[in-house]
Amino acid sequence: MSQSIDTGKRRFLTAAASVVGGAGAAAVAVPFVSSMLPSAKAEAAGAPVEVDISKLETGQLLTVEWRGKPVWIFRRSQEVLANLETLDESLRDPNSQVASQQPEYCQNDTRSIRDELMVLVGICTHLGCSPTYRPDLAPADLGEDWKGGFFCPCHGSRFDLAGRVFQGVPAPINLQVPPYHFQGDNLVVVGEDAQGAA
Amino acid sequence: MSSFMNWLDARFPASKMWKEHLSEYYAPKNFNFWYFFGSLALLVLVLQIVTGIFLTMNYKPDAELAFASVEYIMRDVEWGWLIRYLHSTGASAFFVVVYLHMFRGLIYGSYKQPRELVWIFGMLIYLTLMAEAFMGYLLPWGQMSYWGAQVIISLFGAIPVVGEQLALWIRGDFVVADATLNRFFAFHVIALPLVLLGLVVAHIIALHEVGSNNPDGVEIKKNKDASGKPVDGIPFHPYYTVKDIVGVVVFLFIFALVLFYAPEGGGWFLEKDNFIPADPLKTPEHIVPLWYFTPFYAILRAVPDKLMGVLAMGGAIVFLFLLPWLDRSPVKSIRYRGPYFKIALVLFIISFLALGYLGTQPATAIYTMAARVFSVIYFAFFIFMPIYTKLDKDKPVPERVTFQ
Repeated sequence: MSQSIDTGKRRFLTAAASVVGGAGAAAVAVPFVSSMLPSAKAEAAGAPVEVDISKLETGQLLTVEWRGKPVWIFRRSQEVLANLETLDESLRDPNSQVASQQPEYCQNDTRSIRDELMVLVGICTHLGCSPTYRPDLAPADLGEDWKGGFFCPCHGSRFDLAGRVFQGVPAPINLQVPPYHFQGDNLVVVGEDAQGAA
Repeated sequence: MSSFMNWLDARFPASKMWKEHLSEYYAPKNFNFWYFFGSLALLVLVLQIVTGIFLTMNYKPDAELAFASVEYIMRDVEWGWLIRYLHSTGASAFFVVVYLHMFRGLIYGSYKQPRELVWIFGMLIYLTLMAEAFMGYLLPWGQMSYWGAQVIISLFGAIPVVGEQLALWIRGDFVVADATLNRFFAFHVIALPLVLLGLVVAHIIALHEVGSNNPDGVEIKKNKDASGKPVDGIPFHPYYTVKDIVGVVVFLFIFALVLFYAPEGGGWFLEKDNFIPADPLKTPEHIVPLWYFTPFYAILRAVPDKLMGVLAMGGAIVFLFLLPWLDRSPVKSIRYRGPYFKIALVLFIISFLALGYLGTQPATAIYTMAARVFSVIYFAFFIFMPIYTKLDKDKPVPERVTFQ
C-alpha cells in the first residue's frame, strides 16, 4: 500500500458525500415546509353559502361569510347602474379584463348576473383589509366626484359600486366577484357556479 | 473555593470566559450616556423571556379561546395583569432601547470598519425583533391583531409569480385563521427567541473580538502600555457593570412609571381596537401598526403601487444593512465629522420621526404628500452617502480619547 495521500480522491469523496447529504437534508425539509400549507380540513371548508335576499332593499348591503372571507350582497338602484358607465375613464380596468377577478358570466358592464344585484368578495386587492361601503354621494371626506362605492380605510384604495378599482390608488385590480348562482328569485348560492362547484 | 475553580477550569473555561468578556475586556474609558442601551437591551430581552414563559402557562393559542385567555390572565390569574403588562410594555421598551442603541451607532460611526459584522448582527437582531413583535401582537386575537396580520402577510402577496402562494403558505389558510395563530405562537415562543439569542451571542462575540467603539471614534487598541493593555481602556467589570447598574435603576424607574400608570401607553403600546375580539368580516375604521413599525408603514403607503410600495418598505431596511459600505468618511464620530454628514443626519432623523408620526395618521392627500417628501429624504440619506461623506470637510481626529 502506498504511503502517499491521494488528496484528489479525498476531495472527491468529501464533495460527493456533501452533495448526497445536502440532497438528503433538502428532501427532509419538504415535509416540514409542506406541513405549513393549508391542511386538508382548511381546503375542504369552502362549502357554498345560501343567502335569502327577499328582504334586501335597494341600497342595502348584506355581509355573509364564505371561506372565512366577507362576501357582500347588495342591491343597486337604476341610478347607480347608470352612473357606472360614466366612471369608465377614471378606472384602471373598466371592462374587467383581469380574468381572475370574476367568473366569465360576470365579465360584463355591471359585473353581475342580474344587473341590480351585486355579489363581491369584501377583501381589498391591495393588502387584504375589508373596505367600507360608502353609498353616499359626494361626502366631505371622499370628494365631490364620489358617486358611491367602497373605500378602504387601511391605505385609501377606492372602488365603484361594481367593485372596479379607481386609478391612483394602491390597489392594483378590481375586487373579486365570487362564483355564484341563483336558485329561484330570492336565493343566492355563493361559492358555486350554476353547473357545479367552483 | 479555589480548588473547585481549578477543578472546573480544567473541564470548562469558566475563568477564561469571565476574563475575556468581563474582568479583562478593556472598554474605552470615555463611554457616555449613549452607551447604556446595549446592556439595557439585554435586560429587556431577559424580561421578555421570563414574562413570556409565565404567560404561556395560561395563554391558549386557539382562535376560539385566545382572546378570552388573555382576559383570563388579566382578571383571574394571580398577578396575571402584572406579568402581561410587563410583557406588553417590555415590547415597546425593547424598541425604545434598540432605536436609541442604533442611533448611538449612527452618530459615533460604530458600524464602520472593523465593526461591520457587529452592525450586521445587530441589524439581524432588529429584523428578528420586528418579526417577533409582529407575531406576538397576533396572539391576543383582537381586531388590530387580526387585521394587522392580514395586511402584513398580504405584503408577501405583492411579490410577482410566487407571492400569492407564499402568503397562503405563511397563513396556512385562505385568510388569517386558527392555523395562522397557532403557527405564529410557535414562532413567537420557540423559533424566533432561539434565533434572537443566537444572534445576541454573535453580536457580543463579534464586538469583543474587535473591541468597543467610543464617542471619539478612536481605536484604543492602537495605544497599548508595556503589558499590552490599551492605555485608554478600563476593564468592563467592575467599571462598566457598575455604571450600567445605574442605568438599569433609572430605566426601571421610568419603566415602572409606564407599567403602573399607563400600561396601554395611551393606545400606543396596546391599541384600543385590540380590546375587541377579532372579526374577519369587519376592518377597524382606522388601522395602525404599533408605533415602532410606523415609519416603514408610512413609506409603504406613500407609494401608489402595490409592488413598489412593498419594495420601498423593504429597501428602507436593506439600506441600513449597507451603511458600513455607503459611508466613505475616514472619520467615525460625529464630533469630528464635517457639516455635510451632520446636516444629512439631522434631516434623516427628522424624516424618520416624521414618517413615524405620519404612519399613525389616516392617509389623507396632504399627509400622503408629506410622507412622499420624507420618504425621499430618508432614501437620499443613504443613496447620496458615498458622495457627501467623501466630499465632507472632516476635522482631525485626536490620537487619544477625550472627555467632554
